Amino acid sequence: MSPARSAAPIEELRQIIDEHRSLEGPLLPILHAIQNAYGHIPAEARPLIADALNITEAELHGVISFYHDFRDKPAGRHVLKICRAEACQAVGGEELAAETLRKLGLDWHGTTENGALTVEPVYCLGLCACGPAAMVDDRVLGRVDAAQMDALLAEAGA
Amino acid sequence: MRVWVPGDSAAKALGADQVVAAIADAARDRGVDVEIIRNGSRGMIWLEPLVEVEIDGQRYGYGPATPEDAGAILSGGILRGDSAKSLGPVDDLDWMKRQTRLTFARVGVIDPLSLSDYEAHGGLAGLRHAATMSGAEIVREITESGLRGRGGAGFPTGIKWQTVHDADAPQKYIVCNADEGDSGTFADRMLMEGDPFTLIEGMAIAGLAVGATRGYVYLRSEYPDAIRVMRRAVEIARDAGVIGADILGSVKAFDMEIRVGAGAYVCGEETALLNSLEGKRGVVRAKPPLPALEGFLGRPTVVNNVISLATVPVIMAKGAAYYAGFGLGRSRGTVTLQIAGNVARGGLFETAFGLSLGEIVDDIAGGTASGRPVKAVQVGGPLGAYMPREKFGTAFGYEEFDAEGGLIGHAGLTVFDDRTDMLRMARFAMEFCAVESCGKCTPCRIGAVRGVETIDRIAQGDAEAAELLTDLCETMKDGSLCALGGFTPFPVMSALTHFPDDFARQKEAAE
Repeated sequence: MSPARSAAPIEELRQIIDEHRSLEGPLLPILHAIQNAYGHIPAEARPLIADALNITEAELHGVISFYHDFRDKPAGRHVLKICRAEACQAVGGEELAAETLRKLGLDWHGTTENGALTVEPVYCLGLCACGPAAMVDDRVLGRVDAAQMDALLAEAGA
Repeated sequence: MRVWVPGDSAAKALGADQVVAAIADAARDRGVDVEIIRNGSRGMIWLEPLVEVEIDGQRYGYGPATPEDAGAILSGGILRGDSAKSLGPVDDLDWMKRQTRLTFARVGVIDPLSLSDYEAHGGLAGLRHAATMSGAEIVREITESGLRGRGGAGFPTGIKWQTVHDADAPQKYIVCNADEGDSGTFADRMLMEGDPFTLIEGMAIAGLAVGATRGYVYLRSEYPDAIRVMRRAVEIARDAGVIGADILGSVKAFDMEIRVGAGAYVCGEETALLNSLEGKRGVVRAKPPLPALEGFLGRPTVVNNVISLATVPVIMAKGAAYYAGFGLGRSRGTVTLQIAGNVARGGLFETAFGLSLGEIVDDIAGGTASGRPVKAVQVGGPLGAYMPREKFGTAFGYEEFDAEGGLIGHAGLTVFDDRTDMLRMARFAMEFCAVESCGKCTPCRIGAVRGVETIDRIAQGDAEAAELLTDLCETMKDGSLCALGGFTPFPVMSALTHFPDDFARQKEAAE
């Protein structure tokens, strides 16, 4: 999930859009595909998407900004998501999250200065019987304790 | 030698991949020929990673396994009882034997992506049967089974299908709501990862029933493993002719796609989901019109939860009467309990409706993991009520929970011990609603923000604020367009009502 690069060639963007535009309800698949390729939705993609789907850029902005997943700029090289939902709270998830943010000197959605890691809240990974749960990129982790979190942060280069 | 190590996310989160690598290494070192199958989870999450090895046709379990156990597992003795982690034949375990597994019959048993394994364990029988019937006959069967929506509201599935069946339109759709993002609920994830063909089969049957030829699974982006498994399963099913232009040679068509959500909780609400699927903001729609008449792209659409659709094949295979034979009152069939939070034995337990809450928490789940007393159990996700011990006699059924001021929702149970501050949990519920509100209706959008402020006032010792909070909850309940604003009062008011000390203690501290 880490970004391949940040500048997006127009032709490549057009190709991604064309691959999906015949779907019923193509916008979310297009946004996911672009974000998978570039780690965010580059500004230059917006007029192309709006034009292809015959919607205004304001409408498009309304959609992009509604969803937690879509980004305007690239995240860190790795994304750490820590679950804040009730089942994880019941086993110390809040404390784990607070301690992790404190160690990194970040708030939610923040990225470490060296660009290695972005920390985001997530509301449920479906690991409710083995919390506190976290996810690094696409790798899931259960019963995360402070020591495991330290190892994780070191591994991510944070 | 056949070895099963779950590929389920929970097992992976607890180190299953590392165990697989260690077993493969150990097998190579010893020159043993081992076939490692990545099954779903049996549902005993406290034993994951749970490794199973076939001995004399029986599957012996060992868990929770670590990579260091690999050599011993291959040598066999450990499985027959040489270790405290030896479990014996998995099917004979108390947790397994006490269940009635209908929807989850194959989860943890089969290789999730093997269509032949699926068929060998009863898969496709329902679809084969349905393909010989008329749509009206299939709808009648589902209606008679008593199946109700497993997403929370408990609406009868057959009635919803009947409406779509009777609607006249050039195109109809089946949409699976796989966006259940409630904390404490993971049955959807387990089902999709452990037995994806069941969901595909259920959707195809729904398509045949109502005359829909296209379907979508709207799947949460928070479940990358489920997305991967479902996408692959759809390809396999299509290549094998289970879905496509000619379902199992019946000359009837149904095809489907997996779509991924984008992290908005409210998209679990069916009309927000439909907007999202269409590529819009996931804002709730006012009903009517019902999605059954004007759903995806304005066409008649069945929107059902994963578990509802995944239960359809067993009903069609074994008959409505068989399914309706389980349960309590108007809650027919089985419920997939998801036991989570601070709990000794967390996991998935499928049983007929009717067990008492206390039996589930104290007996099946074994109380808390911390060993401390249970303080509260939140049933039905973040919008469900906190049930105190005084309500542990409540039987698990839609009407029974409703009568006690609760809801069973998706049947997730999150257990909390006595250290939990219920004022904080009430505040979290309001805060969550404020963050995730789609913004369309005022009681939810503004009410939740005011709710957080009001709970903060109570925390600071403002005695009048409790009455204000009650009033605000009434307004949210009556005035919100969907369950997000409408049900947030359940956790908030149940916390306030059943745990007044936590609200008063804050006051004393302030004084």
